[in-house]
Amino acid sequence: MMLSRVAERVYWFGRYLERVESMARLIQVYTGLLFDLPQNTGISWHNLVIASGSHAEYNRRFSVQDEKRVVKFLLEDLSNPSSLASSLRMVRENIRTTRDMLPPESWELVNEFQIFVNENMTQGLNRRYRHEFLGQIVKTCQQINGLIADTMRRDAAWHFLNLGRSLERADMTIRILEAGASMSSDFIETDTNHVLDVVWRSVLGTLNATMPYRRTMKVAVNGDDAARFLLEDTLFPRSVACGLLRMRESAELLPGNETVISALTKLVNTVAKGSDYNDVSDGFPAYLTALEQSSIIVHSAIQDSWFKHT
Amino acid sequence: MSEKKHEGADGIDWSRYPSADFFDEMINAKGKARPASRKIAKLLGDLSAEELESRRVAAESTVRDMGVSFTVYSDGENIDRTWPFDLIPRVISAEEWAHTAKGLKQRVKALNMFINDVYHKQRIFKDGVLPAYLIKDSKNFRPECVGINPPKGVWAHICGCDLVRDADGKFYVLEDNLRVPSGVAYMLENREVSKRVLPEFFETNIILPVDDYSTKLFNMLASVSPRRVRQPEIVILTPGIYNSAYFEHAYLAQQLGVELVEGSDLFVDEDDCVYMKSIAGLERVDVIYRRIDDLFLDPEVFHPDSILGVAGLMRAWRAGNVALVNAPGAGVADDKVVYAYVPKMIEYYLGEEAILPNVETYLCDDPEQLKYVLANIEQLVVKPANESGGYGMMVGPHATKKDHEEFRKLVVANPRNYIAQPTLKLSTAPVLTGPGVAEPRHLDLRPFVLQGKGIDVTTGGLTRVALVKGSLVVNSSQGGGSKDTWIVAEREVKS
Repeated sequence: MMLSRVAERVYWFGRYLERVESMARLIQVYTGLLFDLPQNTGISWHNLVIASGSHAEYNRRFSVQDEKRVVKFLLEDLSNPSSLASSLRMVRENIRTTRDMLPPESWELVNEFQIFVNENMTQGLNRRYRHEFLGQIVKTCQQINGLIADTMRRDAAWHFLNLGRSLERADMTIRILEAGASMSSDFIETDTNHVLDVVWRSVLGTLNATMPYRRTMKVAVNGDDAARFLLEDTLFPRSVACGLLRMRESAELLPGNETVISALTKLVNTVAKGSDYNDVSDGFPAYLTALEQSSIIVHSAIQDSWFKHT
Repeated sequence: MSEKKHEGADGIDWSRYPSADFFDEMINAKGKARPASRKIAKLLGDLSAEELESRRVAAESTVRDMGVSFTVYSDGENIDRTWPFDLIPRVISAEEWAHTAKGLKQRVKALNMFINDVYHKQRIFKDGVLPAYLIKDSKNFRPECVGINPPKGVWAHICGCDLVRDADGKFYVLEDNLRVPSGVAYMLENREVSKRVLPEFFETNIILPVDDYSTKLFNMLASVSPRRVRQPEIVILTPGIYNSAYFEHAYLAQQLGVELVEGSDLFVDEDDCVYMKSIAGLERVDVIYRRIDDLFLDPEVFHPDSILGVAGLMRAWRAGNVALVNAPGAGVADDKVVYAYVPKMIEYYLGEEAILPNVETYLCDDPEQLKYVLANIEQLVVKPANESGGYGMMVGPHATKKDHEEFRKLVVANPRNYIAQPTLKLSTAPVLTGPGVAEPRHLDLRPFVLQGKGIDVTTGGLTRVALVKGSLVVNSSQGGGSKDTWIVAEREVKS
């Protein structure tokens, strides 16, 4: 049976790898979004810092909120624990200490990946090459995930990887919805529907959800339906409900799973019940904050059930 | 005289390769390739400088992608460094290897009988074959091990014996590593690299495979399990990622499909059994391939402040509830003074003559020999009895007058702790030093011997090479690199 310490590292490997991909997607889509909005909207690069969940750290260190500063902070700043470079380093540290659990080629891929990112970081800072660079990062994450999906036995290590990845994915979706709600509430008075559409299209785009949304919801992009899709859809991999259900499937196959299952079930029910997604200034953000707190409870339950070292 | 070639432009020109100064593994003193290397030297010579360079670059990036790295303590943050790999293989004929392997098995068998004797009746001392002070003063003798009977009477299950060739082209044993010898992962990875970058060489030569090592290691570990169960729980115990050989620990765990554990993952219960902390609770462990030194194994018995080990491990081992590989105390035979007596051990325990010779060794403890050492220190290599990794030694011909004086003092102050050997004319092999240019560099060979129920030797071993011109120091921590080692059969042989 799997070592607790190793289970914990595999779980974090899954979380950090997902975090690398999310950060790349976020910056990529946001860079595109700013081109599509009228110049005078007042949307700033700082929203990106909010969506990444590291605004406290940023505000403590910087007052300038321009593109160069923000992108540098999110991409290459190793003193920012949520930067892409920091997450990638943690991916490597965690796989380095669990190499005996994951397919051997994944170690090679991660090594290549880190070398590629280190050598080409300046391309990410430069707007001219950013799209290609970030696209390559997303592709590499998909390649690693694909390799794992195709070759890894569905044993305990797989389930811990899935738990980490899915929880991180749900967290990211919630944070991106938060950023969407925050931008919407800034414009709802002055709207210009055009701007709100652009915002929600970019929210869906960040999560590769545009086409699945259209086919499922069969309505034009709007905030209410986009939020419903990204939270409640049980079949789209990046929607919160889908991720939680996948986590529950994994948890059910692990020993000593009672507290984790009950925390997950509670959260699944909350998401299924939904909220008033149109209340972008108060009710919806408060609901998202409550979901974030529940996700922390799920994480603690996982930690207490399986990673305790005593 | 043929038309003058531009240096290196057309690839390796063996006729210009200086092979007369030392015994060269590939090219004889007349500039001709040795029989087992003939096809390989030809293939290498046929590659253009550009082609060789592109293979070298491919090898470098393969090594990098594989994450083959070793750790150097002083490196701080960047603890991974790429292990320098030289493209040109080191070739040994299958015939010569068969003889060498036989000698290695004989040697390790005798060493294990010696260790078992040391911790039981000490017959070899009582019979006056070896002087008793060897044990009394040994840093690696563990009184805690007296009277223990490990499974099959084997103490040193995994040995790395360092071999060198002298000017006469014969293999000599330079030292036996019986504690936690490392390097085998590099041997396995080197083969993966050369298969990728020199694929056509494998089509036209019969190069014996090395990858059966993992299976042999696994079978050996399973064979020493104290519990007779179908699937004994085997683990590799590592000191953690800051250890210089962590890469190898992880690599082996992956190859064997066993858990890689740290001290904090294990636990000895009141029943004197070892358990590991798993996601489903505690699970019994049968065999521990430990990569931690004796003195850090168990804070109850050795260093009380060791956090690398497991409290109670020695209790469990003495009770026969777990196998430790290598057994604690095996290092008693891993001592350069004891080394000098190995041929005598082979005679005493096996009634055979040693197949592989030792390097001539002067024991500073003997007044006559000490006198010789002090008088000839400029020509000798002086080594401390108990250091590894090439630390604390002096190579007389390469050292300064001040060093000579300092070592004279050290030796006189503590003669038991030093041995001296003639400076060997270590053999060389070609190393790629520039586009299309090969130059001779000194090297050694570390084969690994496994003893459990049976006894096995790796096919070849890890070739370590001093990358600096003229240097004799092959250790990875001091500027060494490695080569893939090819045991080449001239005809199809049964393995």
